[in-house]
Amino acid sequence: MYLAKIYVTYKPSILDPQGVVIKSALERLEYQGIEDVSQGKYFQVKLTGADKAAVAKEVESLVEELLINHNTETYTYDLEEI
Amino acid sequence: MKAAVITFPGSNCDMDMYHALESFDVDVDLLDDQASDLSAYDAIFIPGGFSYGDYLRSGAVAKFSPAMDAVKVAAENGQLVVGICNGFQILTEAGLLPGQLLVNEQPGFICDEVNLVVENPDSNFTNTMSKGDVLKVPIAHGEGNYVTDEVTLKELEDNHQVIFRYQENVNGSMNKIAGITNKAGNVYGMMPHPERAVDALTGNDSGRAFFESLLHAVDQKARA
Repeated sequence: MYLAKIYVTYKPSILDPQGVVIKSALERLEYQGIEDVSQGKYFQVKLTGADKAAVAKEVESLVEELLINHNTETYTYDLEEI
Repeated sequence: MKAAVITFPGSNCDMDMYHALESFDVDVDLLDDQASDLSAYDAIFIPGGFSYGDYLRSGAVAKFSPAMDAVKVAAENGQLVVGICNGFQILTEAGLLPGQLLVNEQPGFICDEVNLVVENPDSNFTNTMSKGDVLKVPIAHGEGNYVTDEVTLKELEDNHQVIFRYQENVNGSMNKIAGITNKAGNVYGMMPHPERAVDALTGNDSGRAFFESLLHAVDQKARA
């Protein structure tokens, strides 16, 4: 079995209002030197497949079909055998 | 006119839409999202609410329901498809309208009445109005911030697919966009709720012009 750790974030061109609000809250808490905050999503998917390459292909397919909206979001993932 | 309102798990403006249509003597059916054939309807309405709990993204799960497959067929056939609020979000997620609705630029859920300005008075949804007319219509959303890429935005403007703009940009939408159609003009989405403004008893019936336009469009099509 494999574990995919999938990180979904806004594309750099998209203003993330939640990130902006979190950044301003951190500044109110007097954290110094906060350059940027963006809020994303994290998914863990456990899945089986013939081999790691086949599972990686499956992960990319399911992320692109459902987990992200191509208008605004992009992703990275880590895949490990468990 | 024969209309369908589709109720998804989590829809909460379906009965508002149903009653609004009934007030215009429309023959309206309330269907669930397992409906697989919508060919009998002149217009199909996807109401507001929180379909599938807004899990993952607003509209992201609803787009895979059987009813949305039928809506795609109806859209290709030229039937009118209208998505209000969450319905607009579902139509963008399904790819029937371009772009996406992100969280409001100013933090929080907005529940208010706002002025909409008619941008294109020649659409199926504004043909009884004039360019620049102002309609005061309720809004209620946390994710109404319309975003698309620059190329698509230019296409929307060049093709006159922007139907309404907000007078004041309440949620951060690009070009103050409140409602758009697809290129063919038969699929329409908007965040504001005209169905909540059809009875003078509630203090606001300015949404009636929207339904009058839609009825006029269906009537014209039947005569053609």
